[in-house]
Amino acid sequence: MSEPSTSRLRPALRTPVGIAASVGLAAIIVLAIVGPVLWSDDAARLDILAASQGASRAHPLGTDALGRDILYRVLVATRLSVTLALLAACLGASIGIPLGAIPTLVGGRVGKLVTGVINLSVAFPTLLVAIFVAAIVGVGARGAIAGIGFAIAPYFARLSQTLSSSVAGSDYLAAARMLGVRRTRLLRRHILPNVAEPLLITMTIAVGDSLLALAGLSFLGLGVQAPQYDWGRMLSEGLSGIYVTPVVALGPAVAITLGALSFVLFGEVLAKAAAGGGGLRWTRWDLRALALPPAVPAAGGADALPGVLSVEDLTVSFPGGAVPVRSISLDVAPGEIVGIVGESGSGKTLTAMAIADLLPAGARMTASRLSLFGEDPRLLGESQRRRLLGRSLAVVYQDPMSALNPALRIGRQLGEVAEVHDGLSKTQARQRATERLRSVRIGNADARVRQYPHELSGGMRQRAVLAMGLMSEPKLIIADEPTTALDVTVEQQILRLLRDVSVSGGAAAILISHDVAVVSQLCSRVFVMYAGRIVEELDVATLINGPAHPYTAALVASVPTMGSDRTRPLASIPGRAPSPYDDAPGCPFAARCPRASERCRREMPPLEPHSPTQRAACWHPLDGLEDVAV
Amino acid sequence: MTTLAASALTVRFGHGDGGLTAVDRVDVDVPEGATVGLVGESGSGKSTLARALCGLVPLAGGEVLIDGAPVRRQHGRAVDRHRRVQMIFQDPFSSLNPRITVGEAIAEAIGAGKGASRRARAEGVRRYLELVHLDPAVAGRFPSRLSGGQRQRVAIARALAARPGVLIADEITSSLDVSVQSAVLNLIRELRDELGLSMMFVSHNLATVRYVSDYLAVMYLGRIVELGPTEVVVADAQHPYTRALLAAVPRLETAVERGPADLEIGDPPDPHHPPAGCHFHPRCPVGPVVAPERQICIEQDPRVGAEDRPHRTFCHFAASSNSTTPAPVGEEQVHVGCDR
Repeated sequence: MSEPSTSRLRPALRTPVGIAASVGLAAIIVLAIVGPVLWSDDAARLDILAASQGASRAHPLGTDALGRDILYRVLVATRLSVTLALLAACLGASIGIPLGAIPTLVGGRVGKLVTGVINLSVAFPTLLVAIFVAAIVGVGARGAIAGIGFAIAPYFARLSQTLSSSVAGSDYLAAARMLGVRRTRLLRRHILPNVAEPLLITMTIAVGDSLLALAGLSFLGLGVQAPQYDWGRMLSEGLSGIYVTPVVALGPAVAITLGALSFVLFGEVLAKAAAGGGGLRWTRWDLRALALPPAVPAAGGADALPGVLSVEDLTVSFPGGAVPVRSISLDVAPGEIVGIVGESGSGKTLTAMAIADLLPAGARMTASRLSLFGEDPRLLGESQRRRLLGRSLAVVYQDPMSALNPALRIGRQLGEVAEVHDGLSKTQARQRATERLRSVRIGNADARVRQYPHELSGGMRQRAVLAMGLMSEPKLIIADEPTTALDVTVEQQILRLLRDVSVSGGAAAILISHDVAVVSQLCSRVFVMYAGRIVEELDVATLINGPAHPYTAALVASVPTMGSDRTRPLASIPGRAPSPYDDAPGCPFAARCPRASERCRREMPPLEPHSPTQRAACWHPLDGLEDVAV
Repeated sequence: MTTLAASALTVRFGHGDGGLTAVDRVDVDVPEGATVGLVGESGSGKSTLARALCGLVPLAGGEVLIDGAPVRRQHGRAVDRHRRVQMIFQDPFSSLNPRITVGEAIAEAIGAGKGASRRARAEGVRRYLELVHLDPAVAGRFPSRLSGGQRQRVAIARALAARPGVLIADEITSSLDVSVQSAVLNLIRELRDELGLSMMFVSHNLATVRYVSDYLAVMYLGRIVELGPTEVVVADAQHPYTRALLAAVPRLETAVERGPADLEIGDPPDPHHPPAGCHFHPRCPVGPVVAPERQICIEQDPRVGAEDRPHRTFCHFAASSNSTTPAPVGEEQVHVGCDR
């Protein structure tokens, strides 16, 4: 296995489950190796006088009908039980994996047929198939292995089918093909390493499952036959005397449980390590149902300005030390459209989510002041806050599909907003939904309300999301990269719509984007974010003609426009932005800044007025039109 | 120096009613040492065309020509044995095998097909990493340890290591951050000039394409509807769709006065059932929707007669041919990029 996965495995093994699973597995492997060597004789020793006894000092787990010691027999049977399970899992893998690869390798009708067979066979109950096959092949260890191997093969086939199709469709395989990499090498270096990990995990879990299934077969008398014995057979023998000497059945039962559990848990640990622990994962859809993060209302937080939004010292942090938003302040006046520009990781989206009370679980938000429509949402009760945010705030996301419930008709989704927040009847809500769809210029709105989100084009969906936000006359619209996923022609329509909606409804708006040009088309005032801080606040004319912060200037200069000089290289910013864990003092841009001095690396510059229309956080701001090429 | 051309290239996905003609009898030339920019909306078939030219997608018709000679087909794909066409993919996260170190990936590209020695390969890896301005120490790392911009540089180095004559760049900057984008664009231009590569640059971003390309090809629903020298097409677009695209580019310079462009050309049609005649007619601002007498747009394929219009425009009412002012550039020059 390659370096990245082993480094991920170590922490996973250190968890309590990881420790338990590896200790259990190691014990089983050791027992399987040394058990028969050490205790074969003890396990075979007949002691007729002590036959069918319960626990005693000489026989802690009792004896069987011939007086043989159960403890020794359980220990010795480890090898056979585990070997049979391994063989069965291997058989299943060697049938299933190639079978699953066929649809990708062959394709066409044969591929479809194989896919159908796999789907059908996955639907069959495993044990039933195992019993059936075992009965055909013949009672005994061989039959049991064949039965279980065949029964679990479909699961391997399904997995191998998914894996092979994802690797076959990958760009890196396409690149390797284009480079003329030989077929054997393709398989050895590109395909196998990328499918090996999940297959190995499934294999481990399959051994555990086979152990259980084999015990089941032996218990039914279809498995191992005397004089051989495995745990299943011992369990079945012990069970006949369960009312007299229950402890005799207990030994093999515990062994089966522990054995299977160790394999399955170890597989789970591997899977967890492979999935990559750490890293917060959340979809925007999840966010809607989340509760307010713990907030610290400061003294005087309640006396608010009359503006739409005013936040001071907003900080968002995550457990583990990441601080993606650092002490930012921004305000929005009624009817104003402001922009937040920044690159990925600058904290622009989290800032908006913090305002909208949509932070992911675990995020912690603090602010010395938070005033939304004159109220501090943190001081309101749950229902009041929901009402305030639900009625006055609309959020438009980058991916409209994630904001719409795919299972609900458009009209229903929009109507729900009005029903919940404004107490309208179903018919009234439907009427308003149609009306709002018309207002975002969706043609044939009467028919659209009856459609599902997937029936709409990308631009239509984004309009529908906007219409949803407009259902209860919002005072603030937060649009987070609303056009990034859309085509240019549609982008302009959505931007124009956003502006019209804001103007006609008197709503303020915050437009978040990585694209300076998009923001400048719509906004009057722009906040530039870098590494979780606002580094510059300025009006649009100044953004184009005279940014003061070197980062803003570089950002503007590095985007090719229709007017860029084609003979000259574009301005670019060397290096990369600091991570949200980075707690170094000084200006976060210093390491990439051509104007940086010793002071920049030591002291964080405050956001201070630079000209009547701008504030910048920079010790060495640019003055007017300097050459900003870096 | 290598030239790449497509002749009546057609790519179809699926069969019958559910089928889709992603690329529809496309003719395009990438002349020696020149860069052809390919723009279009999502679903226009631009990426499919790029992939077909690299031999990654089976052709339903037509030919791929390298240096004028048709490329032999393998399982329907036009696969060049000499690996003269290489592609750089959009997403540097998926185009590098996560299990292979940067050095091995580049060495593979150097060595594949040839018996280069281990030392020669290591030397080559160092050279190609330096060529894309990366620290040669990166060679020992796995892609997961690199940033998006660094990965894209590795992908470029890998493509160059195969010593291609033609490079196809498919949306190579769209998954990168703004500050990294420009560095990658600069690198691409620099390499092209240094190594004399011919190039096809595919992007949805017209400003980016304009910056990089000598020729501009505009794709709409599987067809190249306009093609000519970049500056000429930008200054004097013939096709109404090209003009709509140009109007839609967010312009920083005039942002304040202009605001978002007033484009009401509707949403793109379903590519499974392209409109009859001119594919653009249901959205066209000069077509039958606004001028009902222009039935020709619905009835006749504008491909007919395109060779005689400036920029080989697929439009019955191409701008210059309609106006009294002559086309600003001579025919000969206009047709350089599409001489078929």
